[in-house]
Amino acid sequence: MPAGLSVGTRRAEEPKGHDAVNFLAIVGRVFLAFVQQVGRFAIFTGRSVGHMVRPPFFPRLIARQMVEIGYYSLPVVGLTTFFSGMVLALQTHVGFARFSAEGAVATVVVISITRELGPVLAGLMVAGRIGAAMAAEIGTMRVTEQIDALTTLSTNPFKYLVAPRLIAGVTMLPVLVLVGDIIGVFGGYLIGTTKLGFNPAIYIERTVEFLEVTDVVSGLVKAAVFGFVIALMGCYHGYYSRGGAQGVGAATTNAVVSASILILILNYVVTELFFAQ
Amino acid sequence: MTPRQDSAVPKLRLRGVTKRFGANVVLDGIDLDVAAGESLVVIGGSGSGKSVLLKCILGLLRPDAGSIAIDGEETVGLTGRARDRVNAHIGMLFQGAALFDSLQVWENVAFGLIQGRRARRPEARARAMECLDQVGLHPRVADLVPAELSGGMQKRVGLARAIAARPDVVFFDEPTTGLDPIMADVINDLIVATTKDLGATALSITHDMASATKIGDRIAMLYKGRLIWVGPAKAVFDSGDGYVDQFVHGRADGPITEEAEAEA
Repeated sequence: MPAGLSVGTRRAEEPKGHDAVNFLAIVGRVFLAFVQQVGRFAIFTGRSVGHMVRPPFFPRLIARQMVEIGYYSLPVVGLTTFFSGMVLALQTHVGFARFSAEGAVATVVVISITRELGPVLAGLMVAGRIGAAMAAEIGTMRVTEQIDALTTLSTNPFKYLVAPRLIAGVTMLPVLVLVGDIIGVFGGYLIGTTKLGFNPAIYIERTVEFLEVTDVVSGLVKAAVFGFVIALMGCYHGYYSRGGAQGVGAATTNAVVSASILILILNYVVTELFFAQ
Repeated sequence: MTPRQDSAVPKLRLRGVTKRFGANVVLDGIDLDVAAGESLVVIGGSGSGKSVLLKCILGLLRPDAGSIAIDGEETVGLTGRARDRVNAHIGMLFQGAALFDSLQVWENVAFGLIQGRRARRPEARARAMECLDQVGLHPRVADLVPAELSGGMQKRVGLARAIAARPDVVFFDEPTTGLDPIMADVINDLIVATTKDLGATALSITHDMASATKIGDRIAMLYKGRLIWVGPAKAVFDSGDGYVDQFVHGRADGPITEEAEAEA
């Protein structure tokens, strides 16, 4: 019997509610897969945090990750915040000139950069650079059995691979953001004084005058949260990557996309926690 | 784990080991004993469950049912330090060597000593150099990174890493896969020499019959998740079992192919 006829006959014999049952089965499978993913992620996060705060630590590995995240990300974060500060000064000047408030340019630049632009831009840049690298490295280790080798050599992969990256992410992102804040404010200062005609001393005075400690601290807290999220996403997607080069590629993409989305969501959450009236 | 000297207790004892992935039963009640100092080779085709069996023994996968005892100590369900304690007496050569890309060759070999046993780096390096010499590698290789080595050299480094901590039990996962026949024979000789030197128990999985007969005292054949034949290595070519005969002689026709076609 030809295969096509066989299939056609079988379909004709199926009960009427068959399509509905199939649909429900698909919905059920998707829901169960979602719950499984959430559970797996929660367990991964819990174990990661546990190993992050519990000794023994690997100072050499932590230092290497700190250099990777902090030092090597500095150019990209510096460039991003520098030009953002310049653009912000220009745009604010144009906008505020409509109601004769050009004098607020310095204050707007410093507050925007320390509260929002510094941490968010640095977070997104580092997510692209470091999150992808972490997922690719750990993913490759997974598919080449290096993670299994760690386990057989009595070394916990969470302790050896995940914890140093999380510690480095949480500690180095605030440092990067602090440097980025300074560079960004300097970008605004440069445009303000050379193009918009502000007196340098007055620009600096306006920058400092209305800046509060909370503005800077909230940005640094955001940076620490973003650093954690970037490292966690990179490690998580790399750790569970499957299927060779294609799997590692997918892990890399997922790490960057999920970290970027979480950065934007958590940015709102932290802002709400700090500044909600 | 303190190795027992009681000869009645097998070094490795598996009873009813079962592993499923969804509806697919990969291991279906495996019973197996490996005596101390013995070298057992598990043969079987692709997808027969060899790697899953090895991962269950190593604690990388948890069996759904059954018992796996090393030196009489149950290892199923062990985690954390208890598992590390068992693993401290185990060496493993992975199929692709699984060397750590970011570390130098000597650091790879000494990894278990430095991380697992907290040995000092100079002492660990000395032991690594000794192991590299044992597997026939020149001392200058020690400071290279794995990417600079050929496949055969990577396998040798993997073997050096497996024996560095002087394990009681050494596992070999497809030790000759991807190597030319000469290098494969060199690796086989090294496996025999190093395990004999250590007095270690060896469990290997392979589908390379030249390797199986050279490194194994006994051979077990895994088919569809079950051990269908276990016997002396010398008897494997005259087993009288249709499945084993077809596999060891590499024939296209036979019960394995017929069943596969029937299932398709």
